[in-house]
Amino acid sequence: MGVDQKTGNVGIVTTNLEKMVNWSRTNSMWPMLFGLACCAIEMMGAEAPSYDLSRFGMELMRASPRQSDLMIVAGRVSQKMAPVLRNLYDMMPEPKWVIAMGDCAACGGVFNNYAVLQGVDEIVPVDVYVSGCPPRPEGLINGIVLLHKKVSDEKFAKWK
Amino acid sequence: MNDLLSPAVNTLQSMFNAQVAEFRDEVTLTFTPDQVVPAAKILRDQFGFDVLAVETAVDYCPQTTPRFHMVYIFYSSTLHIYLNFRAGLPAENPTISTLETVYPNANWRERELWDLMGIKFEGHSDLRRILMPPNWEGHPLRKDYPLGYEEVQYTFNFEDIDLRKPKGVRLP
Amino acid sequence: MREIQEFTLDDLRHLVSPRAISGETMVLNMGPQHPSTHGVLRLIVELDGEIVVNVIPDIGYLHTGIEKNMESKTYQKAEVMTDRIDYMYTIGNNLVYTLAVEKLTGLISPPRADAIRVILVELSRLQSHLLWIGTSALDLAAMSVFLYAMRERELVLDIFEMCSGQRMMTTYIRPGGLWRDVPAEFEDAVKTLVAIMPKRIDEYESLLTKNPLFLDRTRGIGKIDTKTCLAWDVTGPTLRATGMPFDYRKANPYCGFEQYDFDIPTQTTGDIYGRYLVRVEEMRQSVRIIEQALNKLPYGPVRDNNRKYIPPPRSEIGVSMESLIHHFKLWTEGFNPPVGSVYTAVESPRGEMGVFLESDGGPKPYRVHYRTPSIMLLQALPQMAIGHFVADLVGIIGSIDIVLGDTDR
Repeated sequence: MGVDQKTGNVGIVTTNLEKMVNWSRTNSMWPMLFGLACCAIEMMGAEAPSYDLSRFGMELMRASPRQSDLMIVAGRVSQKMAPVLRNLYDMMPEPKWVIAMGDCAACGGVFNNYAVLQGVDEIVPVDVYVSGCPPRPEGLINGIVLLHKKVSDEKFAKWK
Repeated sequence: MNDLLSPAVNTLQSMFNAQVAEFRDEVTLTFTPDQVVPAAKILRDQFGFDVLAVETAVDYCPQTTPRFHMVYIFYSSTLHIYLNFRAGLPAENPTISTLETVYPNANWRERELWDLMGIKFEGHSDLRRILMPPNWEGHPLRKDYPLGYEEVQYTFNFEDIDLRKPKGVRLP
Repeated sequence: MREIQEFTLDDLRHLVSPRAISGETMVLNMGPQHPSTHGVLRLIVELDGEIVVNVIPDIGYLHTGIEKNMESKTYQKAEVMTDRIDYMYTIGNNLVYTLAVEKLTGLISPPRADAIRVILVELSRLQSHLLWIGTSALDLAAMSVFLYAMRERELVLDIFEMCSGQRMMTTYIRPGGLWRDVPAEFEDAVKTLVAIMPKRIDEYESLLTKNPLFLDRTRGIGKIDTKTCLAWDVTGPTLRATGMPFDYRKANPYCGFEQYDFDIPTQTTGDIYGRYLVRVEEMRQSVRIIEQALNKLPYGPVRDNNRKYIPPPRSEIGVSMESLIHHFKLWTEGFNPPVGSVYTAVESPRGEMGVFLESDGGPKPYRVHYRTPSIMLLQALPQMAIGHFVADLVGIIGSIDIVLGDTDR
């Protein structure tokens, strides 16, 4: 963004549409409360004062899918929970992103059996995978920063 | 054997003609399936075993009689001792009467055994699946049910497995 | 399989009262995704206005098939899966599985390993109660307690990371003793924690115990009595709050708990406030036990020497032929315990957690069954919640401290 200094009128900022919209989308994404199992405890640890999520504007975890734009799937997804997850994903308004936090959401993790879905990308499209069992809060924050980079590179033609 | 256990074990052994086994100072009495509920009632009323700690089942698959062993573990909160019961069930239509009338907390335990092992309980108030989805077929914890193992994707078989794996997409 | 299976009123006819069928009361769904149900729990609530007439819990949304999966792994590898059952008391899950294997095989852990096990287990109980106090106060809209409790929890997790490398799922307690000895900074870190904890617990009490809003929301709500508790097999702080001083650490001691001097806190009211007071007092008793164990920490080895079950240290492998053969057999095939079945139980922050382990002489466990406390607490929920308002239902679920990984395994 360039500040128009020649006119001396520093109240005007010039930029292009993509950069402005992407900047506003990344700076205050509201996550939906979707902690399922052990990774949810580390997600709560990331919200705690030691590793603060509030500096990204994300300390407000919305319970209702209609008011959120990021779904952090934290934990293992079982056979009974899978249709519920897909339903909630469909209820979120555009634009929306998904982070698969932990090994169980990314690929099934330690559990390679009849009861756990082998990766949540079997039912929803995932943008960022964060590995670890459970990932440290710094790992989750790394994943969020990576998602911000991905969103700020989105182009005009790809917007929904 | 612990001295505190002897009165209960001796009474039940003589009344029901049960076999007594001992392993690592735990005592197990083996009954036939229809003797379990009367024996549990006597244990609760006369000897003060007021807590049902565990009710579970073990599947010995290739054997057909008995294929399942029901295991009950009782605990006395005043004397701090455990006592085990075992009962053998056949492979065809395994049925046993419910312990819900004696110990109310057997309700969900028996639902779980019906769900995962396929053992029916007569007289149960609410026998439906509890851990798997309601229209799931099969009883997962039996030994002849497969684990559901998915083949691991290495670099040499990555594309083959990728073609078969379902993928989630956005709705148009 | 990908459709949500709905319950109709016909399916539940035998569980709801006749007034629901005629339409006088409402039957509503507090679904699996809800801000106050502490995990994926679904409750079907029958309401008469705002008063709860009946509550039907529906579980199974986190079923992972751990028991079946453990049957296909050797005894050492199966222990990794046990961490994830009750993810708030991770060290306790390892401990109860290890005690069962030790009972089955006849291994004995040395005194130094027992003392360190006691310290780690009480630290884990402290960390579980801290998270409980944070989230249950958050349910009743006291938000600052959450931030303070998580600050202390980070100190405890730093100690776990120092010993084993992992913050939560440590797998540090293994059959025969521990995985390896604690590093040199362990004692100082625990001493610092023990010195500052009592003042911090006083801080939490000053925020909640005499707060009139908290008292109004918790006194007289969710009552249960001792006879009902024992009939429904509810143990732990919920039972102790009704007046019965029952604790597995004193009744059937394990790991050398009989040498330490501690009290069992009880209350007589049996409501949410009683359970809160019991848990706060338990935190103080845990700090007391840790202090005693740290002062008496003996020197010596941390793992038993029986090479049929325990792998030899790496320094011996290059020197002795038998060690090499033992190492090879243990890591490729696993050990073979005798035939039989055992049951052991420990005291978790929620109640009695036990393992029923049956072996057929092979290297893999034949049947593992975890007897977990949360499923029994949830089964007794209708006894506590009928007759109260919906907002109180949220407070009651918070106070019984369920963990859904425990319930569904």
